[in-house]
Amino acid sequence: MKLTPELIIFGMLAGMAALSAVGVVAFKNAVRSALCLVFTFFILGFLYFALHMEMLGITQIVVYTGAIMVLFLFVIMLLNLGASHVLEEKSDPKKVVGLTFGVALAVLLASQIVPILIKVQAPKAMPQFGSPQVIGSILFTDYVYPFEAVSVLLLLGIVGSVLLAKRRLS
Amino acid sequence: MNGVPLAGFIALSMFMFITGVVGVIIRRNPIVIFMCIELMLNAVNLAFLAFARYRFSSPTMVEQGAAGQMMVVFVMAVAAAEVAVGLGIIMAIYRLKENIDVDELNLLKG
Repeated sequence: MKLTPELIIFGMLAGMAALSAVGVVAFKNAVRSALCLVFTFFILGFLYFALHMEMLGITQIVVYTGAIMVLFLFVIMLLNLGASHVLEEKSDPKKVVGLTFGVALAVLLASQIVPILIKVQAPKAMPQFGSPQVIGSILFTDYVYPFEAVSVLLLLGIVGSVLLAKRRLS
Repeated sequence: MNGVPLAGFIALSMFMFITGVVGVIIRRNPIVIFMCIELMLNAVNLAFLAFARYRFSSPTMVEQGAAGQMMVVFVMAVAAAEVAVGLGIIMAIYRLKENIDVDELNLLKG
């Protein structure tokens, strides 16, 4: 395999994404985990751009880093979880079990997947494959029923979260 | 990204997914557990998009390739709804117990 500039850029992006994903799990402070997660989502947005999925790259940055992570940070702020005394995480046997399980899962998946996929080198899709025109036309023709179902789901999510977060007056 | 093999994207996706799994197992803060679930969803999104880009592409196969992108759109929408409801539940539990350590929640224990 030749060391092309694309490969170097991909390696840097992937390394940063992997590091900050580890940071999400490793940091004790929930705010730091959240900021690591924001960084991971940004890098994933760049990787979507690199895959020529421009539409979904924009959506990733707007929806995940813009909306979902702001919600997370808001709840952390409301519960005051930045202060570490609220939740002192003790060391317990779950950590060993979890790490062992993770390593086993990694070995299992890698041994099954990587030997097959290592042969696939060049992307086959056309460059305009992820453009808004293509996504829009498919979303509103072939996938119009799932699209409507998702809109109902989002409405239910709004109503449900309002009901759950409402303070009981009694 | 023409010089990058598909295995690179899939390896990154796999690593992120496993990090999320380990985080869900070892962390006790429910908000961090939620973040790890988001990490897993994003790892799967990356795998979907990488496969969509590398496998399906001739003009006759645009629909199969678009299926991967559509799935990512729906995963994002479902994740948004899930986060709204889940964080609402965490807020409600915090108001009830003043404590959100998942190892000490036993409301359903009967």
